Amino acid sequence: MSEIVEERIKPRRFNPDEVATVALSFATALASTWLLLYVLLPFDGALGFWLITYIVFIAVVLINSRRRFGKIASQDLVAKVVVWSSALLVLVPLVLVVFYVIGKGYHALRPRFFTEDQRYVGALSDATEGGGAHAIIGTLQQVGLAAMISIPLGVLSAVYLNEVKGRFAGLLRTLTDAMSAVPSIVAGLFIYASWILALGQQQSGFAGALALSVLFLPTVTRTAEVVLRLVPGGLREASLALGGTDWRTTSTVVLPTSRSGLATAVILGIARVIGETAPLILTVGGAFVVNTNPFGGKQDALPFFVFRLVRFPQEAQIQRAWTGALVLLILVLVLFVTARMLGGRGPDHISKFKRKRLQKKGLA
Amino acid sequence: MIPTQEQTESVVPEERIEIAVRRDVPDRIYRGVATAAGFTTLALMALIGGFLLFRGASALRKAGFSFLTTEMWAPDQGGDFGIGAVLPYTIQISLVALFIAVPISIATALFITQYAPTRIRRPLTSLVDLLAAIPSLIYGLWGLFYLQPRLITVGKWMGDNLGWIPLFKASGPAPHSIGQFAASTFVAGVVVSLMVIPLCTSVMREVFAQAPMGEQEAALALGGTKWGVIRDVVLPFGRGGIIGGAMLGLGRALGETIAVTLIISPMFVRQFSIMEQGSNSIAALIALKFSESNANGISALMAAGLALFLLTLLVNAIASVIVGKGRSGAQTEI
Amino acid sequence: MSTINTQSTTSNTSQTSSGDQSIIHSAGEVFIESPRGLSARNVSCWFGEKKVLEGVNLVMRPLEVTALIGPSGCGKSTFLRTLNRMHELVPGASLAGEIQLNGDDIYRGAMPLTEVRRHIGMVFQKPNPFPAMTIAENVLSGLRLSGLKVDRHERDDILETSLKRAGLWKEVKDRLGEPGRALSGGQQQRLCIARSLAVKPQVLLMDEPCSALDPSSTRRIEETVQELSDTITIVIVTHNMQQAQRVSKFCAFFLAEENQPGRIVEADLTAKIFTTPRDERTNAYVSGHFG
Ligand SMILES: Nc1ncnc2c1ncn2[C@@H]1O[C@H](COP(=O)(O)OP(=O)(O)OP(=O)(O)O)[C@@H](O)[C@H]1O
Ligand SMILES: [Mg+2]
Repeated sequence: MSEIVEERIKPRRFNPDEVATVALSFATALASTWLLLYVLLPFDGALGFWLITYIVFIAVVLINSRRRFGKIASQDLVAKVVVWSSALLVLVPLVLVVFYVIGKGYHALRPRFFTEDQRYVGALSDATEGGGAHAIIGTLQQVGLAAMISIPLGVLSAVYLNEVKGRFAGLLRTLTDAMSAVPSIVAGLFIYASWILALGQQQSGFAGALALSVLFLPTVTRTAEVVLRLVPGGLREASLALGGTDWRTTSTVVLPTSRSGLATAVILGIARVIGETAPLILTVGGAFVVNTNPFGGKQDALPFFVFRLVRFPQEAQIQRAWTGALVLLILVLVLFVTARMLGGRGPDHISKFKRKRLQKKGLA
Repeated sequence: MIPTQEQTESVVPEERIEIAVRRDVPDRIYRGVATAAGFTTLALMALIGGFLLFRGASALRKAGFSFLTTEMWAPDQGGDFGIGAVLPYTIQISLVALFIAVPISIATALFITQYAPTRIRRPLTSLVDLLAAIPSLIYGLWGLFYLQPRLITVGKWMGDNLGWIPLFKASGPAPHSIGQFAASTFVAGVVVSLMVIPLCTSVMREVFAQAPMGEQEAALALGGTKWGVIRDVVLPFGRGGIIGGAMLGLGRALGETIAVTLIISPMFVRQFSIMEQGSNSIAALIALKFSESNANGISALMAAGLALFLLTLLVNAIASVIVGKGRSGAQTEI
Repeated sequence: MSTINTQSTTSNTSQTSSGDQSIIHSAGEVFIESPRGLSARNVSCWFGEKKVLEGVNLVMRPLEVTALIGPSGCGKSTFLRTLNRMHELVPGASLAGEIQLNGDDIYRGAMPLTEVRRHIGMVFQKPNPFPAMTIAENVLSGLRLSGLKVDRHERDDILETSLKRAGLWKEVKDRLGEPGRALSGGQQQRLCIARSLAVKPQVLLMDEPCSALDPSSTRRIEETVQELSDTITIVIVTHNMQQAQRVSKFCAFFLAEENQPGRIVEADLTAKIFTTPRDERTNAYVSGHFG
C-alpha cells in the first residue's frame, strides 16, 4: 500500500486575480463617488450614494479588467459581478421588510392582542390597549371558507386539465392562467356587484370569502396542475392495466401520489390569500368588535384592520396597525415554513395517521 | 374463412375498430364533476365581465368615449368622470416597476440557474418564493414608512439636476423642497417592483433551467466563457420566458392595489413627470373612492374596474401564450 | 435449467385437442387455435396515420409462455399493448383486426374494458410500484382499483399467495407495512408481478420485464415466469435471446422492414426458431447478425 495522499483538483470558483480587480474597483468607486457627491454635487441620502457608487463600480470593473484580462474575459467578469450583486440585492428588501415590521410591531404586541377587540378603545387610548381578536377571527373564518370553496374546486379543475384531459383543456388552461392574475380589487368589485348589489346580500365575512375564492381558485388550479403533471404516466398505466377505472386511478393512485405536493401548493395559496386586503375593503364591511358569524353582519379582517388604522393620524392607531402587520407576517411565515416542510416529504411518507389506519386493517 | 399472411397483403381496406368505452356510473359522475369544475374558471370570467359591465353600464352610457379621456372624477355630484389621467398613471407605475424588476429578475434567474453553487439553488428559490408570499399590504407599509423617505432624496436629486428631462421634471425653481417628491409615481413604481420581481424571476428561472445542456457544454467546449454561453445559448433560448415573465409582471403591476393606495396621493390630472408628487391607479381609485361613493359613483367605479379587468386579462392571456409555448409537456418517466 | 415444463405441456395438449378446433396460418405455420388463451387475428396498428403494425396473426396458447422478439421499433410493445387495450390510451392511436380472449372479442364483445384489463394483466419495463402505498397495499391495489370486494380473511390469503407466486413472500413478509419503493429494483418488479397476480388474471403480458434489472434479479424473474406458467398464460417481450430460449415455449419474430409497418416473420416453437428457422431473416436475427 502506498502512502501517497491524493490531492483532488478543486475547480476554483473565484480567481484571485479577478477578486483583486473587483475589490480594487470597488474601493475606487467608493472614493470617487464620495468625491463626486460630497464635494462637487451635494447630495444627501445614503440610497443615492450607493446607487451611484454601484454604477461607477461596474464601470471601473469594466475598465480595469479589460486592461488586465482582455475583452472577452472582462465581459465575463462584469457579467459575473452584475449577476451576483443583483441576486444579493433581491434579498435585501426581504431582510429589511421582515426586520422593519418586527421592529415596528413588537412593542405593542401583548397576549391581549389575540383575545380582545377594539370595543373599549378610543382613538387616543394607548397602543397596547385592546386587541385585534375580532380581525384575527374574521381573517381565519374568511380564509377558511375561501379554502373550503376553492381547494376542492381547484383540485378538481386541475384534475380536469391533467387527468380527464377534456377537449377544452387547452383553452381552459390559458383562461386559468389569465384568471390567476385578476387584480384583487376586481375580485372584490365583482362580489360587490353580484352578491351584494344584485342578490341584495349584506357585507359579511362570507362575502369576503367569496371574493377571496375568486383569487384563490385559479391559483390552486394552476399549482395543483403542475403537481399532477409530476406524477409519472407509468403509474396511471399500471393502474389502468390492473382494471382500474379513470375515477379509481385518480382517487387511489394519482392524488395520493401527489399528496405532499398538493398540500404544499394549497398552503402556499393560503399564505398568499391571507394577506389580501383589496377585495375585503369592498366586501366584509369592517368592524371593531368580534363577530363570530361570517354569514351575518359585518366582520373585520386582519389586513383590513391594518389598512384602516394605518391611515389614522394618531400614533397609537398606527402602532396598532404595525402590531397587526406583524401578526399577519408571522402567520404568513408560519404557513410558508409549513408548506416547505410538507413539500420535502416524498410520496412514500407514511404518516402516523396512516400507520394507525393500516394497523386497524391488519396490514402493518 | 381465416386469412393467411399472404392474403392480408392484398389491398383489403382494413376496418379500424371504433373504440367505444362504456364507463360505469362513478366514472361518469367523476368526469362530469371534474369537467364542471374545469369550466368554473370560464364561468367566473364571464360572470366578472358581465357583472362589471352590467353595473358600470349606466356610467359608461353617460360618459361615452370620454370615459377614456376625461381627467377628472366627480360622478357622485353628477359631474364628469373618466380615467384619462388614471389609466396613464397606472401604466406609468407599471412601467417604472418593470424597468426595475426585469433586469434584476433576469440577473437573479441567471444567478440561480447558472452561477449559484448547486447547494444553495433550492434555498435561494425558496427565498424568492417567500418574497412573493409577503402580502402587498406589508410591502406597502414598508414602502411608505421606510423606503419613501429614502427614495425622495433620489427624486429630489434628479429633479434638481436632471429636471430638464420631462420625465424627471419638478415644478418650481431649482432647489426644490423634499416633500414635493413624496407620493409620486416613482415611489409607487419602486414598491410595486418588489412584488413583480419574484413573479418574473420564477418564470425566467424555469425557462433558463430548460436551456439545452448540450448546447451549453458545446459552447464551453469551444472555449466560450460563462457569459458567452449565457449570451449565445441561454438568453436566446429563454427569450420567450423573459418576454412572458415581463408580461406577467406587467399584469401583476397593473392590478396592484394596496401598496399603491398607501403610497400615492391621488391625482386626476395628467402629468408626465414620475418624480413629482401625485399619481394614481385604477385599483387605488376604486379602493379609495369606494366607501365615499353613491350609486352613480359606484357605477363609475365598476366601469373603471371593467377597464382594468380587460386590460389585465389581455396582458395575461398574451403572457400565458408566450410562456406556454415553451412549457414542456414531457411527463416524468417511469 | 430446462426450458419447458413437460407436465404443463402435456396437460395443455390434451386440453386444446379436446376443444373446438380451427386452423390459423401464421407465416405459413399451422397453429391450433384454441378457444382458451389469447389470439390475435389480422391486427394492424396506427399512431395517427402512421401504420406501425400490419396483419399480425398470432395464437398465444393457454398456460404457455410466448416470447415476442425482434429488433427495436418493430412494434412488439405496440402489439402487446393491443392485447389488453392499453394501445388506445395513446391519443390518436387506432387499430384494426380482432383479438380474442377465450373466444370472446375483447374489443367488440360484451366484456367491459376494465374487465378486459383485469383478466389480462401487464408488467412494465421499469418497475412501477405505487409510491404512496405500502408493500401490502401495492399488492392489494388491484382489488381496490377494479372494485373487487373481499373479506379480511380472503384478502390476507390473496396477499400471501400473490407474493408467494411472485417469489417475494419470504423477503417481505415482515415488512409489509413499508413503502413499496423501499425494495430493490428486482424486488420491486416482483412486487409488480404480485400486484398483477392479485386480481387473478388469465393472461400476463410482460414488456421487457428484466431490462432494467441486474443479472441475478433477472434470473429470479425468469424462475418466477416459469413457475407461473403452470397457472397462467404469459406473453413476454424480450431483447435477450437467451432469455427467450430459457423461458418460452413459443416464439414470434417481429420485423419492420425499412419504412414498412412491422409484421410477424415467423412464429413457431421456440426451439425451432432458434435452431431451424424457416426464414433467412429470422436466422440472421437469432444468430446475432442484425438488430
Ligand atoms: N406514442 C407513439 N406515437 C407515435 N409513434 C409511436 C408511439 N409509440 C411507438 N411508436 C412507433 O411505433 C413503432 C413501434 O414501436 P414499439 O414501441 O412497439 O417498438 P418495440 O418493438 O417495442 O421496440 P423496443 O424493442 O425498442 O421496445 C416505432 O416505429 C415507434 O416509433
Ligand atoms: Mg418496446
